[in-house]
Amino acid sequence: MSTIVARQPLPESRSSTGFRLAMLLPGGLVTFFLILFALGLVVFLALRGNDGSLLGAGFTFANFITVASDPLYWTVTLRSLAIAGLVTLATVVTAYPVAYYLAFHARRRRGLLLFLVTLPFWTSYLLRVFAWKIVLAYNGVLNSALIESGIWSEPTLAFLNTPAAVVVTLAHAYAPFAILPIYVALDTIPKSLLEAASDLGARPFTSFRRVVLPNSMPGVLAAALVVFVPTVGDYVTPALVGGPASTMIGSLIQAQFGKANDWPFGAALAVAVMLVILAVVLVVRSADRRFGSRI
Amino acid sequence: MSAARIDAKQGGRWLGAYVLVYLVFLYLPVLLIPLFSFNDSIQAAFPLQGFTFEWYKTLSGNSALSGALANSLVIGAIAATGATLCGITVSYMDLFGRSPLAATISAIARLPILIPGVIVGISLLILVNLIGFGPSRTAIVLGHILVALPTTVVIMKSRFAAIPKTIREAALDLGASDWTTFRRVMLPLSLPAIVSAFMLAFLTSFDEFIVAFFLAGTEPTLPLYIWSQLRFPKSLPTVMALGTAILAVSFVIAAIAEILRHRGLAAARRPVPANLSKPEETERGELQWHST
Repeated sequence: MSTIVARQPLPESRSSTGFRLAMLLPGGLVTFFLILFALGLVVFLALRGNDGSLLGAGFTFANFITVASDPLYWTVTLRSLAIAGLVTLATVVTAYPVAYYLAFHARRRRGLLLFLVTLPFWTSYLLRVFAWKIVLAYNGVLNSALIESGIWSEPTLAFLNTPAAVVVTLAHAYAPFAILPIYVALDTIPKSLLEAASDLGARPFTSFRRVVLPNSMPGVLAAALVVFVPTVGDYVTPALVGGPASTMIGSLIQAQFGKANDWPFGAALAVAVMLVILAVVLVVRSADRRFGSRI
Repeated sequence: MSAARIDAKQGGRWLGAYVLVYLVFLYLPVLLIPLFSFNDSIQAAFPLQGFTFEWYKTLSGNSALSGALANSLVIGAIAATGATLCGITVSYMDLFGRSPLAATISAIARLPILIPGVIVGISLLILVNLIGFGPSRTAIVLGHILVALPTTVVIMKSRFAAIPKTIREAALDLGASDWTTFRRVMLPLSLPAIVSAFMLAFLTSFDEFIVAFFLAGTEPTLPLYIWSQLRFPKSLPTVMALGTAILAVSFVIAAIAEILRHRGLAAARRPVPANLSKPEETERGELQWHST
C-alpha cells in the first residue's frame, strides 16, 4: 500500500524553501517597503531643502533648526503633549473601573459587556468627532438642551473651539482603546494572589493597592500608549471642534503637506513627533520592566 | 470573611452603576446622529421639530455620494484582502517559522499602532509620488493595508496560537508538506478568525479618514465625502442621514465579526483528549496591542 518511511526527519528540517519564501513575501514587502522604506523617506526628506521638487535639494539641518528654535513650534508641541497627556490620563482613569468590573464582577454579563465596549472601536472615528461638533455647537444639542430645561437663558460660545472640547472629544473617541489592555492585565492576575492577600489579613483596599494595581500596571501602560500615540498626532479633532487656540502638531504637519507646501519642513515636524513618541515608548518600556511585564 | 464578601458585593454594585454611566457616555453622543437625522430641522438642536424621512431621500440620486460609496467599497474589499493575507502569513510564520526574520516582520507589522495616522499618511504620500502613480485609489489601498495590518496580525496570531500544537505536528508527522499542513489543516481550523479579520479590516478601511485624506486623488472615499460636506451647514442633516446608514452597517459588520472571533476562540478552548497537550494559555480571546 504505502511506503513506510524509515527515517523520520524533524518537521522543521522538511520546511521547503519555496513555502517559506511565499509565506514571508507579502508581510516582508509590506513591512520593509511600506513601513520601513516609507519612514526612511520621511527622515531623508526632513534633511533636504525645499525647492518645490518631490525629494527637495541639498542636505541641510535647517528644517530641524527651525523646529527647535522657533517658539511657535515649541508652543504647539507642548500643547499637543498636554492635550494628549490629559486625554490619556482621562481615558485610562475612567476605563480602569470598567476593566476592573469586567475582570472581577461581571460574571455572566462579561461577554455582553466586552462586546459593548469594543463595538464603538469599529465605528467611524470621523462620525464620533462629528457627533461632538453637533453636541457642542453654539446652536447645538448641549446649549439647546440647557436652555430648554431652563438651566441657562441664552446659548454660550464656551463649549466649541476650546482646547477642553478637544480633550473631551478625543477622550471619547479613544475610550474603547483603553479598556481591553487593562482588562487583559487584570484578568491574568492569578486568583491565588488575591486569596493569599486576603488570607494574610489584607483589607480589600490594601490588597487592591498592593497586589491588584501593581500587577495591572503593564496593561495600564499599554493602554496609555495606544491612546497617547494617535491623539498626539491628531489633526481632525482640533480642526472640527478645537478652533485656532488648539492647533496641534498634526495640524501643522498636515498644513505643510497641504496649503504651505513645504514637504521637507513637514517631514522634519513628523520626525520630531516620532522622536517624542519614541521617548514616551522608552519611558513606558522601562516602567513596564519595573512592574515585571506579563503581557 | 463574610463581611469582606458583603463589602465586595456592594463595591460590585457601585462599579456596575459606574459601568452603566460609562456605557451611556460611550454611546450617547454617537446615537444623537440617528436621532437628529429624523428631525425636521436643519439645526441639530432641542426641541425636536418633528419626524421626517426628508434627509434620507436627499441621499438617493446623489452621484458624488454613490461614487464615493463605490470607491469606499472597492478600496475596503481590496485593502481587507491584502491586510488579511498579510495577517495570516505574518502571524503563521511568526509562530511556526522559527526564524528571526519572521519574528522581525511580525514585530514591524504591529508598528503602525505606534505611528500617528498623519505620519503614515505623509510617508505613503512621499512613497507613491516617488513610485509615480501619486495620490489615487491604489495609494489609499496601500495606506489602509498598513492601518488594518496590526488588527489582522493580532487576530490571526491569537487564533493560530489557540490551535493545539499537536494537530499541526500530527499533520507533519503523517507526511503532509508544509504547504498541505497550512492549507488543509491550519487554514480550515482558523476560518472564523479569517472571516472576522477580513471584516474588521474592511471596517477599518471603510471608516478610515486620517490616512486617506493625504492619499486621495480625484476620487474621494465616503469619509472624505463627509468631510467635504461638513463645511456647508445646509448639508448637515444629509450628513447625519448618511452617518446613520454608515453606523448601522458598521454595527452589524462589527457584531458579526466579534461573534465569529469569539466562537472561533471558544471552539479552540474545547477540551481535547487527555493524551493531547492543552492549548497554550498564553493567548486570550481579547485583542492585545502590546507587543513587548
